[in-house]
Amino acid sequence: MRWGVVTFPGSNDDRDALHVVERVLGDQAVALWHKDRDLRGVDCVILPGGFSYGDYLRCGAMAKFSPIMAAVIEHARGGGLVLGICNGFQILCEAGLLPGALVRNRSLSFVCDVVTVRVETAATPFTQGCRPGDLLSIPIKHGEGCYVAEEATLNELEARDQVVFRYVDPVGRVVAEANPNGSLRNVAGVCNAERNVLGLMPHPEHAAERLVGGEDGLTLFRSAQAWLRCEARPEREEPRVPGP
Amino acid sequence: MSAPAVTADLAAEHGLTPEEYAKILDLLRRAPTFEELGVFAVMWSEHCSYKSSRAWLRQLPTDGAHVIEGPGENAGAVDIGDGLAAVFKIESHNHPSFIEPFQGAATGVGGILRDVFTMGARPIASLDALRFGRLDHPRTPYLVAGVVAGIGHYGNCVGVPTVGGDLYFDQGYDHNILVNAFTCGVAPRDRLFRARAGGPGNPVIYVGARTGRDGIHGASLLASAAFDAGAAEKRPAVQVGDPFTEKLLLEACLELMGTDHIVAIQDMGAAGLTSSALEMAGRGEAGMLLELDRVPLREPGMTPYEILLSESQERMLLVVREGSEAAVEAVFRRWDLQASVIGRVTDDGTFRARWRGREVCALPVAALTQSAPLYRRPAEEPARLEQLQHFDPAEVREPADLGDALLQLLESPNLCSREWVYRQYDQLVGGNTVVRPGGDAAVVRLDGTQRALALTVDCNSRYCQLDPYLGAVLAVVEAARNLVAVGARPLAVSDCLNYGNPERPDVMWEFQQGVAGIRDACVALGTPVVSGNVSFYNETEGHSIPPTPMIAMVGLLDDVEAHLTPWWKAEGDVIVLLGRTREELGGSEYLAVVQGLVRGAPPWIDLETEKRLQRLCLAAATERLLRSAHDVAEGGLAVALSECSFGGAGLGARITLESGMRADALLFGESQSRMVVSVRRRHLGRLRDLARREDVPFTALGEVRGASLAIGDMIDLPIAQARARWRGALARRLGG
Repeated sequence: MRWGVVTFPGSNDDRDALHVVERVLGDQAVALWHKDRDLRGVDCVILPGGFSYGDYLRCGAMAKFSPIMAAVIEHARGGGLVLGICNGFQILCEAGLLPGALVRNRSLSFVCDVVTVRVETAATPFTQGCRPGDLLSIPIKHGEGCYVAEEATLNELEARDQVVFRYVDPVGRVVAEANPNGSLRNVAGVCNAERNVLGLMPHPEHAAERLVGGEDGLTLFRSAQAWLRCEARPEREEPRVPGP
Repeated sequence: MSAPAVTADLAAEHGLTPEEYAKILDLLRRAPTFEELGVFAVMWSEHCSYKSSRAWLRQLPTDGAHVIEGPGENAGAVDIGDGLAAVFKIESHNHPSFIEPFQGAATGVGGILRDVFTMGARPIASLDALRFGRLDHPRTPYLVAGVVAGIGHYGNCVGVPTVGGDLYFDQGYDHNILVNAFTCGVAPRDRLFRARAGGPGNPVIYVGARTGRDGIHGASLLASAAFDAGAAEKRPAVQVGDPFTEKLLLEACLELMGTDHIVAIQDMGAAGLTSSALEMAGRGEAGMLLELDRVPLREPGMTPYEILLSESQERMLLVVREGSEAAVEAVFRRWDLQASVIGRVTDDGTFRARWRGREVCALPVAALTQSAPLYRRPAEEPARLEQLQHFDPAEVREPADLGDALLQLLESPNLCSREWVYRQYDQLVGGNTVVRPGGDAAVVRLDGTQRALALTVDCNSRYCQLDPYLGAVLAVVEAARNLVAVGARPLAVSDCLNYGNPERPDVMWEFQQGVAGIRDACVALGTPVVSGNVSFYNETEGHSIPPTPMIAMVGLLDDVEAHLTPWWKAEGDVIVLLGRTREELGGSEYLAVVQGLVRGAPPWIDLETEKRLQRLCLAAATERLLRSAHDVAEGGLAVALSECSFGGAGLGARITLESGMRADALLFGESQSRMVVSVRRRHLGRLRDLARREDVPFTALGEVRGASLAIGDMIDLPIAQARARWRGALARRLGG
């Protein structure tokens, strides 16, 4: 499988995502530059964590205007996989690929911790290897991860099974104490209506190796791999530009 | 606008003494221009010239087979195998952080990051050593919140994990907090960059943020003088940080360092453009000509004096090969940064600055760098020490309830969990953090190798206050022991020496004692000092801080899989104390917290005994005998055993202690050269043999069992309860 990781000015976890894709999964990794206009034939685009453009405006508000984003949006509209992690989630919301928005944590402080999230649906390419109700231990690290949306939007998301992850306590209950940032209904990650675009605040790339953070996050990457393998698609065009 | 006339009075306003001004007149054989006076003032400030400390710092051991770069460059560098070098340094940002805690601390982090990537190293981890006044001082919560948020803001945004640190509260810092920032980076060992200008005609290139009016005289006035009631008026001398620009600068510089265009590179830190140009010229024994009209400015109307002395952040100065200008510019443009040629290297040994066709500076480089004043200031032991060190244990009664005393210690500001602080730091970015904050030392994997670095920073300033020499020795051995506790071999030190006003003989004496202590301990442990920083004038209205020689130490694990943590792993494992407990309470946290006394001599230390303990622990770690290891430090054995039980698994311990000494000394005394380890029962014999070989006392204390900590009939505490008290203590005091 061929993954692309976009580096915006201020991206920080781009290198970490590339590391996991290439060294842990053993897949092809393509470093994409925000000024590029072409995704170089990748199967899945990762918008990584960090502080694109310093988060000096709203988080992700500048990055959505990067030249690469037109290609990402086209890829998503065509059914291609897109995974937005943390700042990447914020960019996807700003770009209108995902509903809702991420605002300042209720505590007003940056928070770095390991949280438990519950898989709410296995019906996405990134969670098809899980069962609903599975608990994953994954780190978060953000100052603006409080997920908000209109009441009607939230209801619609629930009705369409688009809430993918929720913050829960260690035994899987949705309680206020388990909510690290004040997200409405403890939402930690959502997908679009077509289910090929996923955004989440936790960092699965920081839970992909036993030695550093455990392996619970790996399941997202492996699910996407399996999904692509099984997907009955006509023979794919070979990418024109080889990766580095 | 015309420059003011240069007079002796104006020189005094710049912080230069009459003797120093006379020396300038003598060196130049003329009066300096206004701009030149400003340049002398910053270059000869305590902060830039180390004029009061240089003579003493020469005693420190700086060599070793693994040392690649000792003090003198932007950061020190040691060989860590696999063709790699660890590049690291600690630096203070105390005064700016007291005046404006958020920006002061943030720019402290920015400065130390630049020192490291200037050498060609990608920063992989930061630590922060902080000292605040009493938690119940009205200003302390504001300062703590601001400093922690500032460190987080900068480090998180640049994308360098903050993996540990050191935090103490003491009345002695009520009016002068300490913020010491440490960063470690990694570079290919044969691709280190230096700040030595060379090659007459080579262009001098300015990159990064534009120059503004912020931070003028930060080095000379803010960092090199004591505080008084008007400290708040110095706020304009604090710089404002922009971590996003720093991130771009970091990536662009590292990208450029993959090419052969760079001759020399230096960040613009204290004293800005002046200092970086002069230091590069000085180290390369070259001259330099700067065209100040070409410096990118943030606002119109800036004078040459302001351009030379601005301490605006996120700026770098490069000397590149002639003809490389376009290639260099292209790299920075890719990162949306501006690169401007602002001068040339010359061969006349003179620092020249031109502005609007006028030469505003023409100074011999050697006069500024090599002829800087050097003081051997008078030093005298203060009389107060003898009284402080006098302590008769018979004066204090043992607490009736030792369990209560333990709880009191566990939730005291200096021993409780630091989670409230490190939750605000990104500890993980980079994807290599193996042991996060909360252990004895942080462990960071070296990407693409089997190795890892261990990082710690330590200093017990109460010990230093009671005995400045021993306190410094103990800071070094504790740092080394913390590295050994995670299974790492100590390699080298970066020190940040925080003291009061060096013009006071008692402070100078404390400083000399501190340097001697670091020297003796570093020589004994074989850990040279490869970088560091001196911060004097930490005093406000005559009140000096306790001597605080902060010791940052870097260690190496050859096999990251063999790293250790302090926490119990499984029921039935045997708990062993390595080392001897003496009946000593002097300078202990227990005496301060439970008995309200800061008295006595710090614990006894013998460096040979310490070395044997450390050798034993490393040998046992290498053989994979140990399941956990934890240094016994402040709060003594009872606090150490509690901390081993707070790992989250909720495992407790059953301990039997037999001794003829008083129970409080046995439980809470801070005897040195001790380590609590746990092992599988079948490995007990082998560990005992190793201990015998190194002649280290070996005591099987009990075993990992149950959900409470039971120590004989003295203490029986449910872990969940004790952990909750310990873990939430800072949040209860600071809010949030």
